[in-house]
Amino acid sequence: MKILVCMKQVPQKDAPLRLNESGTWIRDDVSWETNEPDAYALEEALRQKEKHGGEVAVITAGPARSQQVLREALAKGADRAIHLEDDRFAQMDAANTARAIAAAIEGEAFDLIVTGLQSDDFGAAQTGVLLAEILGIPHATIIIGIEKTDSGLKLKRELEAGHYQHIEMTMPAVLTIQSGINKLRYATLIGIKQAKTKPMRKVAWAEVEGKLSKHVQKIEKLYVPGSQKKTRKIDAPAGEAAKQLVEYLRNEARVL
Amino acid sequence: MADMILVVAEQREGKLNRVSFETIAAAQAIAKETGWVVEVVLPGSGVAALAQELAGKAIAKVYELDGAALAAYTSDAYVYALKAFIEEKQPKLVLFPHTYQVRDFAPRLALALDRTLISDATGYKYEGGALRFTRQMFQGKFAADVSFGGDAPWMATIQIGAFRGDQAAAGSSAVENVTAVVANTPARVVPHEVFQEAKQTVNLSQAEVIVAVGRGIKEQKNMLLAENLAAALGGEVAASRPICDNGWLPLERQIGSSGQTVAPKLYIALGVSGAIQHIVGMKGARTIVAINKDPEAPIFEIADVGVVGDLFQIVPALTEEIKKAKGSQ
Repeated sequence: MKILVCMKQVPQKDAPLRLNESGTWIRDDVSWETNEPDAYALEEALRQKEKHGGEVAVITAGPARSQQVLREALAKGADRAIHLEDDRFAQMDAANTARAIAAAIEGEAFDLIVTGLQSDDFGAAQTGVLLAEILGIPHATIIIGIEKTDSGLKLKRELEAGHYQHIEMTMPAVLTIQSGINKLRYATLIGIKQAKTKPMRKVAWAEVEGKLSKHVQKIEKLYVPGSQKKTRKIDAPAGEAAKQLVEYLRNEARVL
Repeated sequence: MADMILVVAEQREGKLNRVSFETIAAAQAIAKETGWVVEVVLPGSGVAALAQELAGKAIAKVYELDGAALAAYTSDAYVYALKAFIEEKQPKLVLFPHTYQVRDFAPRLALALDRTLISDATGYKYEGGALRFTRQMFQGKFAADVSFGGDAPWMATIQIGAFRGDQAAAGSSAVENVTAVVANTPARVVPHEVFQEAKQTVNLSQAEVIVAVGRGIKEQKNMLLAENLAAALGGEVAASRPICDNGWLPLERQIGSSGQTVAPKLYIALGVSGAIQHIVGMKGARTIVAINKDPEAPIFEIADVGVVGDLFQIVPALTEEIKKAKGSQ
């Protein structure tokens, strides 16, 4: 199977984020990591390749720093990488990101394209679905099991509130992968060494610009949301905080 | 013809998804400010009775978009039928509840109509004739006001719990049956039946006290802290998704969009950051206590009491205080 994994670099989970001067995006000087659901998508792709043969390519759209995501994927066992490299990809909406990816892989015939179900920055949960529409192939979302059959794929979808569904689907297809579908592997030392010699194709903004739409969603304003409740803050040493909390629970909330 | 807001309601296996009423409430609120009318479409096969139920709200019309291809959900059939329907009706705005099913087809439907979709909106702003939707970003650490690029129809999905379904104004509207347009190409997706894994052994929705654990618990052995606190309170232990993914608690104890939705009297969140997917499952709790070392964790936005500090010190102290308090009753 020829598999493509779409990955994204996002701020580290614990990183304190600050707004930029125009208040439309975050400042870039934070620590970054691979979007967690994308890491699961990569792991699933590697497992499918180990079972059925073929190759795993990885792609990301983002500034120079986001190459780290691709390097790590190559170290874990991906065969080659494609980097849509430009600062402007960082805050691009899902539709244009999907258009850029589609343009960058034009002429390639992947059997399967996987990506995480959503990103930790936008959280729009759209890019994979939109890529399928652009490529004219079927898709399925929130996948927690993949089995290749003679005619295509047998998939397990997660639905809400503990419900599941099996579906069958033709290939080529795009799947968005749920976190926890598998156990992530670590890169080995030899993998890290080999990654340095694996192909990394760079795609410039100008090469895909013509495929992008001018109709984009625009973040007019980014801000720290106000508290939805009157939150009482307890700021005291542990023992004292525990006392205050119990007092509140007993006398005000009346739940003790 | 007046400008129209179209709500795409959801049903599965003959049952209306109640969150459809939340989206109707959102549409009614927007209509009040814009003067647009609200109409509702329900895709399915033989769902007239459900359409009648929707017609009990203050809306202009309910369409029962009827077709055998819509009996069991597939994204292909939904996109095809709704695209044709929307092109014919030309709504100004199309709203969906942000369900897993909607996440599966709505982005694709928007692109097929050459539009973009603002997903998971928690609110809207209508100022100077411009409609913007508010959504959470960076795992709830920020909110963003987002505008649409391009012309109507504008499309957005509404976060579960952002509007109250029981506040959708009642009324009486006509139901019109519309035959769905179906593609004459072979199906690419074959759906099988929806099922549940094993019988549930706990029913967290009945629990009065829940102690929930998030990533901040760090290691599996620390789960004991939460268990002791829950035992002292006579409550149940639950967790956010990553904890269950790690296998530290069974999946049936997961709170959030993919797990359980709960509304206990007391919800104590230990090291839970408060990502949207978790919040939607617990924000109905009567009293929410959050203990987290990060003062900017989004969980504090919905907490009644927030303790900023080290849970590994606070939780044992709290457990002892609760035992004392209960002993003295």
